Amino acid sequence: MKKILVSAAAGALAALVSSVASAGTLDTVKQKGFVQCGANTGLAGFGQPDAQGNWTGLDVDTCRAIAAAIFNDPTKIKFTPLSAKDRFTALQSGEVDVLVRNTTWTISRDTSLGLNFTGVNYYDGQGFMVRKSLKVASALELGGASVCVQQGTTTELNLADYFRANKLELKSVTFATSDETLKAYEAGRCDAFTTDASGLYSERLRLSKPDEHMVLPEIISKEPLGPSVRHGDDQWFDIVKWTLYAQLTAEELGVTQANVDQMMKSENPDVKRLLGTEGKFGEAMGLPNDWGYRIIKHVGNYGEMFERTVGQGSPLKIARGLNALWTKGGLQYAPPIR
Amino acid sequence: MTATDMSAHAPARDGQRFVRSVAIEPSPPPSSIVGPIAWMREHLFTGPVNIILTLLIVALGLYVLPGLIRFMFIDAVWSGADREACIITPERPVVGACWAFVRDRAAYFTYGAYPMPQRWRVDVFFTLLAVGVVWLLWLRAPRRDIGAIYAFVVLPIVSYLLLVGAPALGLPYVETTLWGGILVTIVCSAVGIVVSLPLGILLALGRRSTMPAAKLISVIFIEFVRGVPLITVLFMASVMLPLFVPYYLQPDKLLRALIGIALFASAYMAEVVRAGLQAMPKGQYEGAMALGLPYVQMMRLIILPQALKVTIPNIVNTYIGLFKDTTLVVIVGIFDFLKAIEAARIDPRWAAPTVSATGYAYAAVFYFTCCYLMSRYARTVEARLAKADKR
Repeated sequence: MKKILVSAAAGALAALVSSVASAGTLDTVKQKGFVQCGANTGLAGFGQPDAQGNWTGLDVDTCRAIAAAIFNDPTKIKFTPLSAKDRFTALQSGEVDVLVRNTTWTISRDTSLGLNFTGVNYYDGQGFMVRKSLKVASALELGGASVCVQQGTTTELNLADYFRANKLELKSVTFATSDETLKAYEAGRCDAFTTDASGLYSERLRLSKPDEHMVLPEIISKEPLGPSVRHGDDQWFDIVKWTLYAQLTAEELGVTQANVDQMMKSENPDVKRLLGTEGKFGEAMGLPNDWGYRIIKHVGNYGEMFERTVGQGSPLKIARGLNALWTKGGLQYAPPIR
Repeated sequence: MTATDMSAHAPARDGQRFVRSVAIEPSPPPSSIVGPIAWMREHLFTGPVNIILTLLIVALGLYVLPGLIRFMFIDAVWSGADREACIITPERPVVGACWAFVRDRAAYFTYGAYPMPQRWRVDVFFTLLAVGVVWLLWLRAPRRDIGAIYAFVVLPIVSYLLLVGAPALGLPYVETTLWGGILVTIVCSAVGIVVSLPLGILLALGRRSTMPAAKLISVIFIEFVRGVPLITVLFMASVMLPLFVPYYLQPDKLLRALIGIALFASAYMAEVVRAGLQAMPKGQYEGAMALGLPYVQMMRLIILPQALKVTIPNIVNTYIGLFKDTTLVVIVGIFDFLKAIEAARIDPRWAAPTVSATGYAYAAVFYFTCCYLMSRYARTVEARLAKADKR
């Protein structure tokens, strides 16, 4: 009986959710006059309020680019800070139009949770930080080392898997919060500290002597982080997906926020298609044809956005690494706009 | 012999009287009875247990205080624009509290993301609130009857118009998602405090009522609310509600939290007031009834004034708990004061070893000041009302 009730409730829920989803998100957004973006409650470099309370960060700019494409105004956006627990319900229920909240793309989220990931705006993965005095150059030399890790996270599981797969002896020391974990590492309770690589850089800055610590090159897990939308609205899915691809294409073609106006006169057919001086690619998504120009003009290309929020232009100074373009040894690759 | 003594004894010789005509100055009591040493002896060093406790506390103070003072003041960094001010460098090997961070983000901690050009509205709200609080609580303030109308009728309406906005009056609409910091903490606690006492009294009276319907409803409400943690209700509101109610029909997030907090505080307040009602001797009720007072007057004139007096410590206890419970609104994605600090301290622009500790120290000072003021005020009210008992 209980099972029947539960499945009935789930069915009703799914019906409700899909009825919300089938309404055209783009029309709703245009009618409202802004994009409602599900954001982080605060993550260094990805989404956090500045001194005036304006949201800044890589995920935030990814969202602003969508608003720029639709409204030609990156400020027509509202952020809903979501915790890890309520982020998916907020998207499913229509409370937010798009979720850009350092969410890892996994099969279960992409299928059974009813989400569609539109791409990857940051390739993250778990890494290690050690003291330089330890004279370790690779994670494979960490056999027998004690590692500080936060309890009950996938980080802890990945750590165990990696050490077992490489037949290394692991002494993990676990803590409840990331703050405690870092403090313990700094106090010398363990030789190494592990969390997602993007986090390692911001945590390193909190140490009293950041220069005495280094991040090891190995990335031991796959954490592709990207924007996601609801199932059932392909047009909206396309818009969010191609917004990011437009930024990647712009970087590949050398179109920047500064030179985008000159680039409008470019004879390069790829640039013309990106900026909408040739072809009608915007129309096919329900957008004006200069959608690409708007994105680059207001938010910049992917590289600019990256450097400004987490890269060399920010205190985090994260190297491009996997997030470099495919032409430069990274994984960021946009399908052609044509 | 001094000159005074000579003159004091002078008439004695003439009239052959050997009685002092002028009293001598009383000599000071021995130092073992008065003065700081005696005070210490009496209060700090009576008996071996007290001596050990005193010494332990002094040792603890000496152990903790110098480090704390060093960290908070002497080694502290007072000004700076970013993390460079607070990081450890060879020239500055020890860095204490990074107050520069708190100064840089003070506006954010106070207003949250409230739009810059509109922040004067929040300042006006704070001022009006302060006027209302002083008018009501300061016993010698003039026309406290008008003060009550101001605080309970005018202030809520004006505050609502000011903070939320009234386009008709030229005040643009400001969404509650932009509110944050101390503003949210004060709004949540003010609403909770103002709503919970009257509602709590009604529920307490309802629970002790002989009318079955009123009693049943009160009991169900109180027991249900007390049986569920506030945190789960807020979770329900933020995770479950969106699944069943389309987003455009959902109440505002801050409103959800305000209702939750106010109802919760009311249920606890009801039990506090009920304790006071139960503490009243039966004779008080019987006396009131013998005078022919109807129920409302009996409660208003005889029972409640006495019942509330004995429950002041518990009422204030509930208020202080409520004030700190407002930090739970973070669950529905509202950035109250504590969450504003949390969000700011992870900013890489201010990533330095002592920034988190400084942020939390600022929070501690704020919450302590507010709670301590509430508690002090309650003590003076108690002392004033206790005069009646001593007569």
